[in-house]
Amino acid sequence: MTLKASELKPGQTHEQKLVEDLRRTQIVQYAGASGDYNPLHSDEPFATKAAGFPSVFAHGMLTMGMTGRAITDFVGDGRLTKYGVRFMAQVWPGDDLTATLTVKEVRDGEVDLDVVTVNQDGVEVLRGTASARID
Amino acid sequence: MEGDGYTFPVEASHILMFARAIGDPNPIYSDPGEAAKAEPGKIIAPPTFAQASAQFNPDYFLRPKVGQSWFGSGKNPTGAAPRRSSDDGEEGSGGGGVGRGLHAEQHFEYHRHVGPGDVLTPVSKPGKRWEKEGRRGGKLMFSESVTEYYDQNGELAITTRMVGVQTEKPPEQG
Repeated sequence: MTLKASELKPGQTHEQKLVEDLRRTQIVQYAGASGDYNPLHSDEPFATKAAGFPSVFAHGMLTMGMTGRAITDFVGDGRLTKYGVRFMAQVWPGDDLTATLTVKEVRDGEVDLDVVTVNQDGVEVLRGTASARID
Repeated sequence: MEGDGYTFPVEASHILMFARAIGDPNPIYSDPGEAAKAEPGKIIAPPTFAQASAQFNPDYFLRPKVGQSWFGSGKNPTGAAPRRSSDDGEEGSGGGGVGRGLHAEQHFEYHRHVGPGDVLTPVSKPGKRWEKEGRRGGKLMFSESVTEYYDQNGELAITTRMVGVQTEKPPEQG
């Protein structure tokens, strides 16, 4: 699957559900795979009693990784040239996340996308941009 | 090459586990047969995989180490005072961070897409530092770190830029 410049128009969007009812187990999986074992993400007594948060919460990089799936599903494998985000709000166990990509500009051989991921309340948890090669 | 003191071998099983963790079933990350039919022609790593280089960093401060105290819970909610991330010049890394360090931004630039068999050498350098007044008062101290990942041929494969933020007050929640 590859994107063609002729099929892309500024303003066009692609929406994708990333996760429903995010489980603590997935956060633990991400800790194990990424190597980031910060107890804030997997250790409820530490996160609540020592750090004062309502519960553990997801790594920002887990949200960025899940959002990356929506981008690569849209632009195709090995096409990404840039992907950058700002973390806007924390993601908690039980959250539903949805990513929306918006075509910003179609340039010579490349497309620029705006990327926004929101939770079930419509709160932006991640905002950024991505660029990919197109035919 | 003067790197960060370690190399990051890109391995198929690590890519498989990472793709599972981010909930991405794309066979380009796990199935050599399907990957051969896709445009890259072989298994590649997901876009944010370079973050997992932490596994190979001997000094990575968010991994328990044998013989050293760890700040996660055991008998008590916290085992030791968390080391400040600034002790290692890695403020805020970890997408949530220790204490008052938070991961504010993360950027990747792909010069090519890496896959199993590549061996990357990270070369990090501190970037800009700046301050901002927080919305609810208190100073926010931002700092940037740029890491270039060179492959086994000395070619630049990935450039990452991390922005961490330290707050004077506990981070906002919700």
